[in-house]
Amino acid sequence: MIFKIAWRNIWRNKRRTAITAASIFFAVLFSVTMGAINRGMFDKMIDDSVNFYTGYAQVTQKGYWEERFLEKSFELSPALEATLKASPGVKDVVPRLESYALAAYKKITKSALVVGIDPEKEAALTGLSERMVAGNYLNKGEAAVLIGEGLSQKLKLGVGDTIVLISQGYRGVNAAGKYLVKGIISFGAPDMSAKMIYMPLKTAQWFYGATELVTTVVLDVRDKYATELAVNNLRTVLDTANTYDVLGWQEMMPEIMEMKSMKESSNTIVVLILYLIISFGIFGVILMMTKERQREFGVLLSIGMKRSQLGIITWVETMFLGLIGAIIGIAVSYALMYYIFLNPIPITGDMAKAYADFGIEAKICVSIDSDIFYSQGIIVILITTLLALYPCLQIWKMKPIEAMRA
Amino acid sequence: MDKVIKVQGVTKTYNPDTIPVHALRGVNLEIEPGEFTALVGPSGSGKTTLLNAIGGLDTPTGGSITIRGQDIAKLSDSAMIEFRKQYIGFVFQAYNLIPVLTAKENVEFVMLLQGKSQEERATRVKELLKAVGLEDQIDRRPAQLSGGQQQRVAVARALASKPMFILADEPTANLDSKSTANLLDIMAKLNKEENITFLFSTHDQRVIDRARRIVTLEDGQIISDETIAS
Repeated sequence: MIFKIAWRNIWRNKRRTAITAASIFFAVLFSVTMGAINRGMFDKMIDDSVNFYTGYAQVTQKGYWEERFLEKSFELSPALEATLKASPGVKDVVPRLESYALAAYKKITKSALVVGIDPEKEAALTGLSERMVAGNYLNKGEAAVLIGEGLSQKLKLGVGDTIVLISQGYRGVNAAGKYLVKGIISFGAPDMSAKMIYMPLKTAQWFYGATELVTTVVLDVRDKYATELAVNNLRTVLDTANTYDVLGWQEMMPEIMEMKSMKESSNTIVVLILYLIISFGIFGVILMMTKERQREFGVLLSIGMKRSQLGIITWVETMFLGLIGAIIGIAVSYALMYYIFLNPIPITGDMAKAYADFGIEAKICVSIDSDIFYSQGIIVILITTLLALYPCLQIWKMKPIEAMRA
Repeated sequence: MDKVIKVQGVTKTYNPDTIPVHALRGVNLEIEPGEFTALVGPSGSGKTTLLNAIGGLDTPTGGSITIRGQDIAKLSDSAMIEFRKQYIGFVFQAYNLIPVLTAKENVEFVMLLQGKSQEERATRVKELLKAVGLEDQIDRRPAQLSGGQQQRVAVARALASKPMFILADEPTANLDSKSTANLLDIMAKLNKEENITFLFSTHDQRVIDRARRIVTLEDGQIISDETIAS
């Protein structure tokens, strides 16, 4: 009966209820959209980085991430490889040897990140072979390269051209070589597209004079959750005090994590201000509802309704008021976000350039993580619970006879 | 016979610290089971104040009110609410039904508060709405009923908890002649057949004419107490 009374009460003034619910609806829609876009964009940045390049976890020589020099390369011995593969959550290990080099074609020279890879394993880990836009994928040991689409445009070269690479190799040796451009690869992130060159691992070891050495070993793990397991296990198994670093994806991209956290904090402030404004609106409605029904409250107390029961009715009413807006808001925003999730919105013009400068693909991507949606419901419940204290307080100190005279 | 209501030397003064208004000045009154008593008197004579005090809705300044042997001044706020729910039925001048509930639900509501079973509630609601002649209006909300019908629902609601007595404050004040006569018939019938005690305040001569005891108040004092021979 309490729910029945509360539900019917909120529809006594349909227009008022509709306006209140609409204000909550728009607040939820705005908050969800902001949260979903924010997380979606950062998740995309992280996922692009993780899936396209870093992987969820890596093993390097100690200190490599702070100073990424070839001098900090190490040998992936069969024993070490076996240890890594034996770690729970690890499917495979993917070796790389990477360093910067100057890439030249005709009169144009650009800086590039030249990465030696095991073509098969890399394809399995990052899906590199599926991102070919021209030419063919690499074979083990051949003297050929794949280059990022952005870099190919900068160098004005195509498949079948020969690129010259010059760098400083392992222990200061001169590294220079001519390589056939076997394929062009497309990346979502413009930053990677403009700098990546892949070659087979053996070719890279020869180029850098770093025989049998690798700079990083990427752990091919199932997902984010398996990463933690693998990383924690390897930290106990390997000599991480002196020889190796075992890094999870969060540690490999601290700037993004920090930026994400800062953005989330600023969003939280905006959402709080928004909800504060909405709260005043809801409070106004509660105030009116309470004042209008003084007499009725007095009657209910007279005929034997407990103050606590009456308080529950007003609380449920306030809750209904909030939840109508919140549920519709969550449902509509979920539908909208799901649509954008499946069909990211391309960005054009100056905004696209700004995104490119940040190394983000110029698309509005959203996250549909459930917490983005249900957290709005929790916020609305908290706000309405807090606001419902007012009528409860009024009821608590109400004298039935005075209320009935109101 | 045991008294249902015993009012002893009750006084009520409003604004005692500023401009005191003495609404009741030492009222003594005893009501026995099955009485059909009218409290009459001009406006401001203290009828409503006395009913409110008996119903525990207002606290007297002095004196005592005993209901079924219980001094109600000694009851805490929550105990008083419980006491009202169990023993007292109220009928208000302005009906005061819950607007969002149907006639049936309004009557059922008090029983729900008492924790009565669904079956018991259903039987009693049917019985009461039949008794007040509204068995065909059970699903109508107060706004869909006439004043007389609303007041009959209010009487049914007051009776739903099987109270010891019913306090009715000007129950016919807003009713036309036909509705008044109808309501009085119902109240008289319930009083006679179910021995329900009624204490009501009124100005209405038609109501006074049906009362079996008439207590007249003036300036907060009882100036006459007349039992009408049946």
